[in-house]
Amino acid sequence: MAEYKWPEPEKRSLIGKRISRVDGPAKVSGKAKYTYDIKRPDMLYGKVLRSPHAHAKIVSIDTSAAEKMPGVKAVKVIQEPGTEIKWAGDEIVAVAAVDEPTAEDAIRAIKVTYEKLPHLVVEEDLSAAGDNAKPAAEQTAGEPEKAFGEAEVIVEGFYGLPVITHCCLESHGSISEWEGDQNLLVHISTQAVSNVANQIGRPLGIPAANVRVKQDHIGGGFGSKFQVDRWDVTAAQLSKMAGGKPVKIMLERDAELMVAGIRPSAYARVKVGAKRDGEIIAWQSESWNTGGSGGGGSPPLPYVFSVPNKHTQHTGIATNTGSARAWRAPNHPQGCLVTMSALEDTAARLEMDPLDFFLKNIELAGRFAEVYREEFAIAADLMEWKKNWHQRGAKTAGPVKRGLGLSLHTWGGGGHGSNCDVIIHPDGSVEVKMGTQDLGTGTRTAIMMVAAETFGLPLEAIKLMIGDNQFPTSGASGGSTTIGGVSASTRRGTLDALEQLFEKVAPSLNVQPADLEAVAGRIRVKSDPRRGLSWKEACMKIGGTAITTRGRNPGPGTLNSSGVGGVQMADVSVDVETGIVRVNKVVAVQDCGLIIDLKTAESQVYGALIMGVCYALYEERIMDARTGRMLNPNMEFYKLAGLGDIGELVVHMMTGKAYDERGVIGLGEPPVISPGAAISNAVANAVGVRVPSLPLTPDRVLAALQYPDREGGSSKNGGNDAGI
Amino acid sequence: MRAFEYASPTTKEQAVSLLGNSWDEAEVLAGGTDLLSLMKDGCVAPKRLVNIKEIRELRGISAGGGGLRIGALATIQELLDNRAVSRAYPAITQAAEGITSPQIRSLGTIGGELCQRPRCWYYRAGYGLLATDEQGEPLVPSGDNRYHAILGNAGPAYFVHASSLAPALIALGAKVRLFGPDGVREMWLDQFFTTPLTADDRETALKPNEIVTEIIVPTALGVKSATYEVRQREALDWPLATASVALSMSGDRVRVARIVMGHVAPRPWRAAEAEQVLAEKAVTEEVAQKAGELALNGANSLSRNGYKIQLARVAVKRAILMAARGGRG
Repeated sequence: MAEYKWPEPEKRSLIGKRISRVDGPAKVSGKAKYTYDIKRPDMLYGKVLRSPHAHAKIVSIDTSAAEKMPGVKAVKVIQEPGTEIKWAGDEIVAVAAVDEPTAEDAIRAIKVTYEKLPHLVVEEDLSAAGDNAKPAAEQTAGEPEKAFGEAEVIVEGFYGLPVITHCCLESHGSISEWEGDQNLLVHISTQAVSNVANQIGRPLGIPAANVRVKQDHIGGGFGSKFQVDRWDVTAAQLSKMAGGKPVKIMLERDAELMVAGIRPSAYARVKVGAKRDGEIIAWQSESWNTGGSGGGGSPPLPYVFSVPNKHTQHTGIATNTGSARAWRAPNHPQGCLVTMSALEDTAARLEMDPLDFFLKNIELAGRFAEVYREEFAIAADLMEWKKNWHQRGAKTAGPVKRGLGLSLHTWGGGGHGSNCDVIIHPDGSVEVKMGTQDLGTGTRTAIMMVAAETFGLPLEAIKLMIGDNQFPTSGASGGSTTIGGVSASTRRGTLDALEQLFEKVAPSLNVQPADLEAVAGRIRVKSDPRRGLSWKEACMKIGGTAITTRGRNPGPGTLNSSGVGGVQMADVSVDVETGIVRVNKVVAVQDCGLIIDLKTAESQVYGALIMGVCYALYEERIMDARTGRMLNPNMEFYKLAGLGDIGELVVHMMTGKAYDERGVIGLGEPPVISPGAAISNAVANAVGVRVPSLPLTPDRVLAALQYPDREGGSSKNGGNDAGI
Repeated sequence: MRAFEYASPTTKEQAVSLLGNSWDEAEVLAGGTDLLSLMKDGCVAPKRLVNIKEIRELRGISAGGGGLRIGALATIQELLDNRAVSRAYPAITQAAEGITSPQIRSLGTIGGELCQRPRCWYYRAGYGLLATDEQGEPLVPSGDNRYHAILGNAGPAYFVHASSLAPALIALGAKVRLFGPDGVREMWLDQFFTTPLTADDRETALKPNEIVTEIIVPTALGVKSATYEVRQREALDWPLATASVALSMSGDRVRVARIVMGHVAPRPWRAAEAEQVLAEKAVTEEVAQKAGELALNGANSLSRNGYKIQLARVAVKRAILMAARGGRG
């Protein structure tokens, strides 16, 4: 049996190198087809009538006028009269028509009456939440009261970050069509190609085996596209009502922002107790958040640092808003912002360099303490931290103040279940088939690199097929689980196939299969590399039937593991007269075990930093308390960074023996956790006061500057008034 | 978007004859960068669109001894590319530079930029120009008004005028020419802008059957001008406050100053008190600061837009200092 391990560093031809993503040219030339681009013959366009009210009961629905309109092929009531609607934008009725304008006209012709009910859509003020607030269990470790009594410095602060949305550039949606009344073909924008059939088959009453699912490319998911949505089921139902014709429902931008996923907010009043030398001894937090009408989980507090004496209490607030979905590292950015801000405020109160302060307490970070230490040293070099850091409040002349901040984070990222078929044809061509998806992260490239590495072939010799549920199942792309899963299944499958090839080839070279290796397009004898066959010649020994193997994860050998640490530092400039924050530079130093493709790994971090700048400075779902509606369901007031807003991004990936030995670990989540905290800390360092809540908009920055010593507040160095 | 009739006249006479006597009859289409989104969002639903892009005489920018003529169809990009404009009227160029979308610069016209509708999120969500609930109660004062007016905001209008160019053009003493069934009308651009009193009013003096044909800016000899925009993002973003300043100089001293703020009121807002404090003075940091304070003297914040008063103050101060330096930042 093959030995399942990664090649030694000196033997790697592709793994760990910077390889450009294989689908890059198709994407930048517009040839890549996303679900949104799919146009099927005779396709109908589905549109959805949505509730204008945040909380209401449907009294009546009259679709008669819509049904009579020429060009309207199907009308489907999604939620019947009597149903309680719990957020604005929820789906009430859908129509399918020959074109979009006709479908929109039909939607306007539908009459729905509602009985309005009281709603709650904002949660920053815990005291106003009333019965919608549901306290979760309190947690205590050590002896917090005693520890606070022994603390030489106690810093109190309020910190928070609002609900943001996933804002996928390709909105959610799908195209469904029936072949007969038992077989469905679905093109869908999804993070889980292998899971769609089961999810959509059940509500439609057909076996999962009868559902074919396809997706070539996806324009962003970030955790919001794991599940088949109600509108996807509706598209299939409309299709059936219309005689099986394809029906396309892709969300409009406003619906995408209102109903297709949110990251829960987090607000917290925090108290930190420390010794004068910087030792953190006590933590207390009272936190709250909303995840919409359902739960939003709770942020891990304190984050990463296991403070020995702590008391935490969390309250979940149900609001009449769209539901929470996993957002890249669920609840970690929230826990990170609250914790790292509170700790940085503590360092500032102690007049300690936060880098020294974090390092002094780094043992509290547990398993990755040494990784963080090593990473901080590299980050500090890249940021010239010791040269550029100053005590809180830049003393430079002029209105623009510069400051530095830092943060750290952790994540699991163990590989998911994954299966693939590997085929070596007698003519030497190679196929890998897997029911996975490339979330835009470079999954295609990574799978091809692993296969090509095993076979000693160039990347383009591998024909890879993914994005179709007729291929062996592979897990959902989420939680940073894909790279560990697909690289391991591919490695095992290709090693098995190679072993079979060696068995076919060995007799002709008069050696044992174990004496062979695949290098640089040849199958050759390890001890005498001149003896061998070209890949093509070798494959001619296969005979008439191709070699086929099934690669699996989990499986034998240690090819992946989980758990990473990363650190980030930010350099910002703040105009203290306008409150405008500019990010000058962000440094990210990240561990993710053995790196398959260094280039796409770095890209993953760049993308996370950009997303981090967005939520640190701009992103915020703004709800109107009175009407219960989202005020900014568009790209003009739901603000994202443009090129000029991002600043210089410096990424350093940890590599080397100790990292390689842990095998492949996922990278999707970790680098997006710290930017909010690092940037917020940098702003506090620049202007001398904490801006309590993200995003760091001019109004928030100016408010913090104008009232640095509000009643009950703390001094300029560290902490801020917990005033809401 | 609702179905509509489409007309594409080649003369302004034809265009005017195709327009209606009330706003719901017809809308004028030029660059379409605002109109199309208004129609998609259901804020306007004209029965007819009158495309004026084929009327050649509305195009072009020309600078001569008598000043500057900007055709209503000149694009923002054409304005940015015009050297005569950037040399003599830096306030205009700087205002146009704040519109950072290449798409809007290429398609958007000057006439459209001046006639664009408010970005108030209640208006755009279908609560009407004056943003009222079903009972007619205003939503803005007690709602989320972080981007709303801090001047001229006693109601019923609380939105801010969205034009970036108007403050610069007004500061430079521009006039606007309109054409309607009765021929040409000309007025100070300052007087072109009005504050609506009902939801059916518009934000300009334009009648439903008139079109903007051109902007005339007087010669800027001896005038130093600048625009300072406070905008959160480098990427396309609405300004939070802007100020355009034109200083007629006599040596080192300001003879006459004109200061106009944008994105602070339902119309471009002239800061008369601040203008007076600059007269007969050399521009210093202190004078500029004082002018900034005076410019916001009458400001009144709503529940969450107090920060905009500070931003407008800074915009006025910085625009004055920039203008005094010859339009440089």
